[in-house]
Amino acid sequence: MTDAAARIPAGARFDFWPRLFGLVTICAALLVAEFVIRGGLINRFIVPPPSEVIQALYRVVVQEHVFRRFLATAAECLIAGSMLTLVGVATGVAMHRYKLLQQACETWVASIAAAPLVIMYPLFLVVFGRNALTIIMMGFIAGLPPAILKTIEGLAATRKVLVNVGKSFKLTGPQQFWKILFPAALPTIFVGVRLGLIFALINVVGTEFLISYGGLGALIADLAERYDLAGTYAAICFVILVSVLCFVLLEKIERWLRPVD
Amino acid sequence: MAETGRLRQAARPAPLIGPVTLLRVAIVLALLASWEFLARSGWLYRDVVPSLLSIARATADLLTHGQYYYNLGVTAGEIAIGLLIGGGGGLVVGILLGGSRFLSKAFEPYLYYLGPTPKIIFLPIAIMWFGVDTPSKIAIGTFSCFFPIALNVAAGMRQIDRVLIRVGRSFRATSLQMVLKIYLPAMRHPIINGVRLGFGFALIGTLLAETRFSNKGVGFQIMQADSTFDMPHMYAMLVVLFVLAIGANALIGRLGGLDQIKRS
Repeated sequence: MTDAAARIPAGARFDFWPRLFGLVTICAALLVAEFVIRGGLINRFIVPPPSEVIQALYRVVVQEHVFRRFLATAAECLIAGSMLTLVGVATGVAMHRYKLLQQACETWVASIAAAPLVIMYPLFLVVFGRNALTIIMMGFIAGLPPAILKTIEGLAATRKVLVNVGKSFKLTGPQQFWKILFPAALPTIFVGVRLGLIFALINVVGTEFLISYGGLGALIADLAERYDLAGTYAAICFVILVSVLCFVLLEKIERWLRPVD
Repeated sequence: MAETGRLRQAARPAPLIGPVTLLRVAIVLALLASWEFLARSGWLYRDVVPSLLSIARATADLLTHGQYYYNLGVTAGEIAIGLLIGGGGGLVVGILLGGSRFLSKAFEPYLYYLGPTPKIIFLPIAIMWFGVDTPSKIAIGTFSCFFPIALNVAAGMRQIDRVLIRVGRSFRATSLQMVLKIYLPAMRHPIINGVRLGFGFALIGTLLAETRFSNKGVGFQIMQADSTFDMPHMYAMLVVLFVLAIGANALIGRLGGLDQIKRS
């Protein structure tokens, strides 16, 4: 075994071959699809060959102003995310502070989380118009319940010993909150914010697609309406790529915030 | 004396309406009053916020017309078939990934990251593959519920007590017997949880697909109300839909015993 190999942890060494196998399998599947479509077994006007999709990816990025659209979607997500963080955390804190309010409303919030809120987009179109505000509000309301619920959960799970330490130092209410409760609950709160952001992203892109307005979602709708099949597939791949990058980034921040056990 | 006082205190009957119920009623009344005030204020365009009476009338009208039940039946059927296909596929894939560490490391990251992407963007592809009618809606429902079910089953599979698996193997159980007698009963709760999540995603996917290209289903009916600016009916449909969705979600959880886990 070489020095370099010896330095790699055993778990990572075990991960290499399965990951390679996964990647090779996907590449092989794409290759098979390429031959099957080019051979005429699948109609290329329904499923374009993967090579055409890859070529279209470059075309879509250059000609369809993908980065401008990406910035539009990112801005909508950022505004919706900031709103849901502020409102969600503040509501969660208020519900934790006033137990009666929590007992009365927590099940309602959990129920709202189970409701298909995104179907309200026609209503939002009427109320706010066909503009970015509708998209932002759809992202905001979809992401709000997890942010509220996780804030309550995080604050309620603060260790009793930490609260007692605060009391022994005769901390005032706001001091107790900012020095003890909030820092202890922050990792769980961030889990809620992360979930909220994921729901917001899903709803923002989904609403953009449905109302054909805004950034990346609208791009897919535009290309599909132009019957640019390879472009549509390429745009979908681009959206998936952006979503995955967002999730990875949010996970990294969450891990950074999580206390070491 | 103190003892007598305590006995008297214990014997005091509980109030008919607790403070929590009172607060809930107060919140609901405040919301309804604010809504009615907003409807009558003229601050918004007429009918954007219709009066409560017109929404109640529209709800009664909706629930007494066969057309709504037909559309509800179409949507329910699409969701059920989507859940059946996506759930079945998710179960098989979840068992395979959960049962093999190698396969899990090879493919689970792709499922994990594809899972939360917005599935409605696949609608143009679904329409090209399956046409504009019901099958494309079923396809979106299937695709939406596949990921949460597969990931939950895979996670549940890894949590099965190793002793149970060893017991099955020591009895020389076949692969099918292992799945039916050991894996599935031991994974009941993760599977139900996955189905509950999958149901939510299938519902959203199907409804959204119906709003885009369709001529039947609840999503289509909502878009019809939108295009004719029939706001009371739109609100009525949304309220009924939310009640049904929340009820179905709670029912799946209760049938699977998830509420008992939370209580214990």
